[in-house]
Amino acid sequence: MGTRQFGARVRRSEDADLLRGRGRYVDDIHLPSMLHAYFVRSPHAHALMKGVDMAAARAAQGVAAVLAIEDLPGAMRSARIPTVIALDDGVALRTQHCLARGEVNHVGQPVAVVIARTAALAEDAAAHVAVDYDVLAAVSDARAALAHDAPPVHCDLSGNLAALVANGYGDVEAAFAGAAHVFSDAFWMHRGGGMAMETRAVVAHEDGASGMLTVWSSTQTPHLGQRILAELLARGSDTIRAIAPHVGGGFGPKAPFYPEEAVIPAAALLLGQPVKWTEDRHEHFLSAAQEHDQYWTLAIAVDQSGRILGLRGEMILDAGAFAPWGNVMPNIAAVTLPGPYVVPAYGFAVKVALTNKVATVPVRGAGRPQAVFAMERMLDRVARELSIDRAEVRRRNLIAAEAMPYTRPLVFRDAKPITYQSGDFPRAMHMALASARYDGFKDRQARARAGGRHIGIGIANYVEATGLGPFEGVSVRVLNTGKVAVATGAADQGQGVRTTLAQVIADAIGCRIEDIEVRVGDTGAIAQGVGAFASRQAIIAGSAALMAGEAVRRQIVALAARAFAVEEAEIEVADGVASARGGNRPALSFAALARLAQGEPGAAFAAGQMPGLEHVAYFAPAQASFCNGTHVAEVEVDALTGAVRVLDYCVGHDSGRVINPMIVEGQVQGGVAHGIGNALLEWMRYDETGQPLTTTFADYLLPTATDVPTCRIAHIETPNPLNPLGVTGAGEGGAIPAPAAIVAAIEDALSPYGVRFCEMPLTPERIVAALREAGAYARLAPI
Amino acid sequence: MSEHAVTLTVNGVAHARTIEGRVNLADFLRHTLGLTGTHVGCEHGVCGACTVLVDGRSVRACLMFAVQADGRAVTTVEGLAAADGGLDPLQAAFREHHGLQCGFCTPGMLMTLTEFLRENKTPSAAQVREAIGGNLCRCTGYAGIIAAALAAARRIAADGA
Ligand code: FES
Ligand code: FES
Repeated sequence: MGTRQFGARVRRSEDADLLRGRGRYVDDIHLPSMLHAYFVRSPHAHALMKGVDMAAARAAQGVAAVLAIEDLPGAMRSARIPTVIALDDGVALRTQHCLARGEVNHVGQPVAVVIARTAALAEDAAAHVAVDYDVLAAVSDARAALAHDAPPVHCDLSGNLAALVANGYGDVEAAFAGAAHVFSDAFWMHRGGGMAMETRAVVAHEDGASGMLTVWSSTQTPHLGQRILAELLARGSDTIRAIAPHVGGGFGPKAPFYPEEAVIPAAALLLGQPVKWTEDRHEHFLSAAQEHDQYWTLAIAVDQSGRILGLRGEMILDAGAFAPWGNVMPNIAAVTLPGPYVVPAYGFAVKVALTNKVATVPVRGAGRPQAVFAMERMLDRVARELSIDRAEVRRRNLIAAEAMPYTRPLVFRDAKPITYQSGDFPRAMHMALASARYDGFKDRQARARAGGRHIGIGIANYVEATGLGPFEGVSVRVLNTGKVAVATGAADQGQGVRTTLAQVIADAIGCRIEDIEVRVGDTGAIAQGVGAFASRQAIIAGSAALMAGEAVRRQIVALAARAFAVEEAEIEVADGVASARGGNRPALSFAALARLAQGEPGAAFAAGQMPGLEHVAYFAPAQASFCNGTHVAEVEVDALTGAVRVLDYCVGHDSGRVINPMIVEGQVQGGVAHGIGNALLEWMRYDETGQPLTTTFADYLLPTATDVPTCRIAHIETPNPLNPLGVTGAGEGGAIPAPAAIVAAIEDALSPYGVRFCEMPLTPERIVAALREAGAYARLAPI
Repeated sequence: MSEHAVTLTVNGVAHARTIEGRVNLADFLRHTLGLTGTHVGCEHGVCGACTVLVDGRSVRACLMFAVQADGRAVTTVEGLAAADGGLDPLQAAFREHHGLQCGFCTPGMLMTLTEFLRENKTPSAAQVREAIGGNLCRCTGYAGIIAAALAAARRIAADGA
């Protein structure tokens, strides 16, 4: 038998090329006679366009075409980009046109495109496109946008309230009326961008001979892109091949379909030449979707001992000008908020506000970091007010392991009440606290304080809904070379999907992992697909891989049994060879079997035999899965400067059974880094007229190697019964509780001064301001 | 746009080209010479993805004009692996310690650390963190990169001993 791959720290098959500089990202693609595009973008947050004068640009050196919306083909002249997620009635969210149509609604919105011989010439010529704007009032703060006299974000809408979403259960009024204590707080929370290191990029080319339009895009969802592009171009999707080659990070903003992904193919078709567009980082800040601000008020009702009786919240969600991923955020927030806790009565209402800012889309964690932040900060408040240890307050409220499966009467995206099938929340918290040496922390803190140092510890628990539908597919085919070709609609932006799926398939079929070649993110390799979001790929594509692999193994067994004239039970498959246990142990390699499976011209197949050794399986989850965990952060705060250093970071992580611990740990560690960014650094600022103020990495700060400690991760593996692999997904969990744990730790470090923090990011300026307000500097030794 | 003659070596291979003065070294390597291993993440000198060695010193190729590399020797990520294609100790350690996910920051990390490890034979984790403090990685949270650099240092020391 070959070694079992599931659960092993298998080194990634992706790495060999990437380490040698042989990756193939979209901007690496070079096609003969390829032209280059540069987009003219709106400098205004809101304006009407009275005219676009393209004559000078069209006459500029090296220019092949300058296109505004009227120059685009067919439906692209009038239709907005089709939505992939249907909106409920009355929800006034929308997608954009492929190029602005008479009105611009945020700075950076694409207005026209210049196509030229080189990227530099296209950019030169773009400076000569003259757009006559009638500048209108704009609004950038979601709270201001909801005022009755606020300027409308879109001229055809009377107001900026795009949706009202309410969710909850139980008798909330009664819970609050009868509670021993009620506490409430207001929160401001910000996420910012996904900030993948690779910006967006598109190359499109129609092959004259085959009539096939190939589009390479740095996207998380090539199959969705193919579908939308087919609709916009009124073309059969079988004449469009969408490929996401190597993609340099995704994190959410590469999930939706963008205007540029329609305009570049349209230009390639119009000009009959390949066209490339690569976004620069400045453009990325202006035009790649982000998460914006959330403003919460949250009230909690507890009994004498700190047990939760009720929870009531309201949120204003800043949706920006466009929402290509629909209205999913309010429900994610509502479902995430109660988390791992018993909450007998619960009410939550969201106002979704339009603003004149770039489009919104869920970023890694998809609104959950904010919900967890609010809930965990609230529990810290309860602990403090009732003088109970923060871990103890949580212990008293956590859902017990014996209570699984635990159903909460809240309806999620899958239209089912949420049910936690698996997980042992108290154990996850216990493990994280133990590795953080929580019990000894009070002593460490006292010693540090005696030495003039401010250290603190923070705890945050979370539950994340993962593995959302509708489906994902995997095809497995044994080639005549004996290699196993695998294709999937799942897409990889660094998660190691190729390696993970190969591990599952090697075990299922009985072959060496090196003999498996996985193609991801190519509509030409598998007809149906969805893509990467919601920590779904190990669950859904992984399960499909298992199903397809097992089916091919059954084909191999049947074929070998026939060839050796033995019972199927006699056949053994390992390391790419099928053999019979008995007799002289006849054996056939996968290469020989693949040839045999194609038959001979003229010869008849056995009854029921199908040609080839191949199978396509689709896995459609019945409902969402839930992963969970606890994060414990220890920080040191420099009270004079407000600088925060994360000293130690411990994670108790339950993502069900783990296919590859190395990859899962990498996902958690990377997620924590993202969470540290959200807790302390990342802030996409706009002025009140909607002008972006942070459009370089010198203004919008990402965490660096000196900001992120190496986490200590303890795995808890409670198998998930909802899929055959028992996995629950790991892509986003690291990012979700990190801001809550870190800000709690900062507050704890500064507890002698009584300061409280209800915001993320928490910047040094804010820390210093809070300390000053609390009179801390009078008590700190003068420097 | 004025054109300039540039002669340089990249990974030991001599190249002579005539290019516009405004072309930066990163674009020259990627699009003129077709060496797309060097990546561009920001074009404003912060992310470090474009890091290459010029006469052995790390530089941000997005902040240097190609004409400034005239007469110099440039090393890119494509020049790290041995002639037989085997990974060098640092590259091998990145694979072993999961020092990369999407791989986009990786060429810059490798070039920065190549220079660092040449000058720091027995680095501490804190020194490695400082060394890559100017290279952004959005995927890994840096832990695997730091582990890889430390392992590579040990390996290089052992091989040299
Ligand atoms: S591309 Fe040169 S530093 Fe970012
Ligand atoms: S591995 Fe993706 S940015 Fe570093």
